[in-house]
Amino acid sequence: MSGTSRFEPVSRREVLVRGLAGTAGLLLAGGRAASGADKAPPKPPRAKSVIQIWLAGGPSHLDSFDPKPEAGNDYCGPLNNPIATNADGIRIGELLPRLAKQADKFSIVRSMTHGDNGHETAAYLTQTGRRPGDRLVFPCAGAVVSLFKGYEAGYKGLIPPYIVLTQSQGRFSEAGFLGARHMPFATGGDPAQQKFMVEGVVSPGLNDQQQAKRRELLRKLDTLGSVLKTDPALKAFYQSEDQAYDMILGDGAKAFDLSQESDDVRKRYDVNWGTWISRTRFGQSCLAARRLVQRGVPYITINFGGWDSHTDNFKVMRQLLPDLDTGLASLLADLAEHGLLESTIVWCCGEFGRTPRIDWGAPWNGGRNHYGKVFSALVAGGGFKGGRIVGSSDAKGEEVKDRPVYPCDLLGSIYELMGIDPGGKLANPMDLPLTVTPTKADGIPMAGRLKEIM
Amino acid sequence: MKRFVVAVAFVAAVAIAQRSQAAPPKNPFEGDADPVAQGRIDELVLGRLKQLGITPARVCSDGVFVRRLYLDVIGMLPTAEEARQFLQDTDRDKRRKLIDRLLERSEYADYWAMKWCDLLRVKSEFPIKLWPNAVQAYHRWIRASVRDNMPYDRFVREMLTASGSNFRNPQVNFYRAVQSRDPQAVAQAVALSFMGVRPESWPKERWSGMAVFFSQIAYKPTVEWKEEIVQFDLEKARSQPGVQTLRAAAFPDAAAVRLTPGEDPRAAFADWLISPKNPWFARNAVNRVWFWLLGRGIIHPADDIRPDNPAANPELLAFLEQDLIAARYDMKHLLRQILNSTTYQLSCVARSDDGRGEANFAQYPLRRLEAEVIIDALCQITGTTEHYSSIIPEPYTFMPENQRAVALADASITSPFLEKFGRSSRDTGLESDRNNRPSAAQRLHLLNSSHVRRKIETSRKLRALLGADPKRAESIVEIYLTVLSRMPTDEELQVAKAHLKETWGDAGPRDLVWALINSPEFCYRH
Repeated sequence: MSGTSRFEPVSRREVLVRGLAGTAGLLLAGGRAASGADKAPPKPPRAKSVIQIWLAGGPSHLDSFDPKPEAGNDYCGPLNNPIATNADGIRIGELLPRLAKQADKFSIVRSMTHGDNGHETAAYLTQTGRRPGDRLVFPCAGAVVSLFKGYEAGYKGLIPPYIVLTQSQGRFSEAGFLGARHMPFATGGDPAQQKFMVEGVVSPGLNDQQQAKRRELLRKLDTLGSVLKTDPALKAFYQSEDQAYDMILGDGAKAFDLSQESDDVRKRYDVNWGTWISRTRFGQSCLAARRLVQRGVPYITINFGGWDSHTDNFKVMRQLLPDLDTGLASLLADLAEHGLLESTIVWCCGEFGRTPRIDWGAPWNGGRNHYGKVFSALVAGGGFKGGRIVGSSDAKGEEVKDRPVYPCDLLGSIYELMGIDPGGKLANPMDLPLTVTPTKADGIPMAGRLKEIM
Repeated sequence: MKRFVVAVAFVAAVAIAQRSQAAPPKNPFEGDADPVAQGRIDELVLGRLKQLGITPARVCSDGVFVRRLYLDVIGMLPTAEEARQFLQDTDRDKRRKLIDRLLERSEYADYWAMKWCDLLRVKSEFPIKLWPNAVQAYHRWIRASVRDNMPYDRFVREMLTASGSNFRNPQVNFYRAVQSRDPQAVAQAVALSFMGVRPESWPKERWSGMAVFFSQIAYKPTVEWKEEIVQFDLEKARSQPGVQTLRAAAFPDAAAVRLTPGEDPRAAFADWLISPKNPWFARNAVNRVWFWLLGRGIIHPADDIRPDNPAANPELLAFLEQDLIAARYDMKHLLRQILNSTTYQLSCVARSDDGRGEANFAQYPLRRLEAEVIIDALCQITGTTEHYSSIIPEPYTFMPENQRAVALADASITSPFLEKFGRSSRDTGLESDRNNRPSAAQRLHLLNSSHVRRKIETSRKLRALLGADPKRAESIVEIYLTVLSRMPTDEELQVAKAHLKETWGDAGPRDLVWALINSPEFCYRH
């Protein structure tokens, strides 16, 4: 945890923004309660799966989805030529040319805000919609979807309902009080390698035949199991073993076997640097995510880190943005071509943005720091309209100018599209009356779900 | 189920044999003896089973006993040598002697401190937020109390009446290891921890009346990072609203409250709580320990004592309560009483399919080992270590390379393995904070992960154990003693020999180790 101003004093202006947001939230909540009394039937889900692209570390909003070329060199540095997209009037950062051609498929929220500048706390806030440090550890979006769309809700898939490609972010971004059952399955391994060694599923040096032979040995030596064959505890053990072997020997392993895709498809996700082309972990994770969506997995998180550009921000941007651009643009196109974009939400952001004003001094050499007051998020598919902009930041990207969007607003919108009632009860071990997203009684700022693009 | 065709035939044959001659079945889990009452516990349990017409399981074999006792008392497997010595020991009193020996091991303190730390919510991170220094202090005190067998009433009283710095008076951390410092929330933690009660199910006035005892606590920061003084707030208690609040104090059993103005009401509460007449205190203690050892509370769930959740065997519960009080809250005495009972030493093989058997302790129930115990066992078997550290919160925590997971102080230490296997979150102190249910992800990890594979493949200990010729039958015996703490049966020996013959070099014995650590016999207490 970086020690820098984790809980910045709230500015007067922010208090105003929060106050306004609070009022808006109140009005919305009031409206909802009224319609709730009429027992409006829940809307059928429009999305079946979610792909969350998590830019851990916090990407600069000015260099990606909220360019401010007029703000001058101290704000945009060398990246001062945003490019037009195929959506009217929308410009994005110059390092995102492929996404510019897919802008009709996604919308950009330029007024994300929560005001928290600590990595872990902001990651928690952004993925749970809840304030960190309160008495409960809430589940993040993937665990919530796992609860409402996973095995307890009739999901029958072999592959666990909540997958992380490839490394977990750790305990601030997981199941919270929902517990181990809703923890993500982290694949480990690297999909850009010759063989994607999914941890526990794919084992080097053991082919299917050898796996089967070992399983046979296991069965023959299971003396306790042969004596206690009706014990309910063991039944659960064997069930999970059967599931494990279905993953190892059956369709589970195939889902992760990217060699089943044609070479052309795999190449689409490779980053072209001009003079050479590279196959990246992120790009191939996007492809793996598409394959998981095809198999009905309800929630996939792709963790894409490295955005914590305190030092030499622009070098970092030139390394990471082309990778993001290629992977995400190819994913959107690929999903659309497979007819999956309509039923798949893609959302992409980090835990915060970065300070709009560049720190040119040593040792930062053009660095940007943590900035929770304003950042951008990209949303696409699954009922979200494309080609739109939600909210805006001010001329220098330092404050929310209009239509603040708090994490719980974004998450609530995703839940709603997934057919999960954001006001519904969220089960918890102490049986407290908790709702899926916060209510105004929780005292968390909110400004309403993204109705304008739903 | 195809997998059991052979086994079914075997068991069926045994069942027929049983009916005709009552000969004990040939499996490595049951001994020859039918259960005989050894003391009051057994009279009450076996008597109740007789009343219900339920045949109890046979007494477990020595191999099962030595493994069970090590796991239950010190949270570790016996080494191959320890297992062999016990199996070969002809002393008729060897079980009792082993119980006494294990209770004196330092690992006993580690393992039972872990249980208490689950209950007392020892973790750095939110929602508890003790922070690393205080976690170390609190854990050290809890462990020392277990090691020194501090009388349980004193253990609790020290926490409830503690004042001072969270670093220097570790007991005060009880009041910091709560999700909220609101008196109601503190009362809830006290009730759950020491009364086995969930005040959410009480009438509101009872809960708020109890909360008053915890309404005069002050928390004051010092200049030292994350140091905090927890103390009785005399000024507040003497103030007009303070006096007003204190008037509403009420014990949960409606016993009369007499609070002296200016005195810490927590002391009055603690004295009420640990009194031998208290209807919850000893009951909760014995019921929890019983639950920890036998997998099921006499009142079950063990942390949900209420009038409409009656004890399965009220006489047994009453006996244990009185016995603990008579022994002046000597927890090792309670452990000895239970561990030496035939009831505890029953095998896990049920001899009755009566559904009431489980709640009446007709056999030892299977339970998956805790996350920490599994990883420690894997390390012990393979002679490998794990690396534990945590970079959140600051200051960073790095544990030495040979750290056992059971002895970790802090539930916030980063460990994907412990998370996957459901270690206690220590969020609420509910027994359900720990999750021992098996999952596909856990099975994938043990069956096929690079983590476990590397442990087996790189194990020098296993290589040394196999000696020059890994295909010897002795290797098989050593592997069985190391992993399952018993000798292989003839059938197992044949299967294992055949496998070693078919495979090349070390691969055969490694497969064998892999198969045994993936068996339910390894993964479960049995």
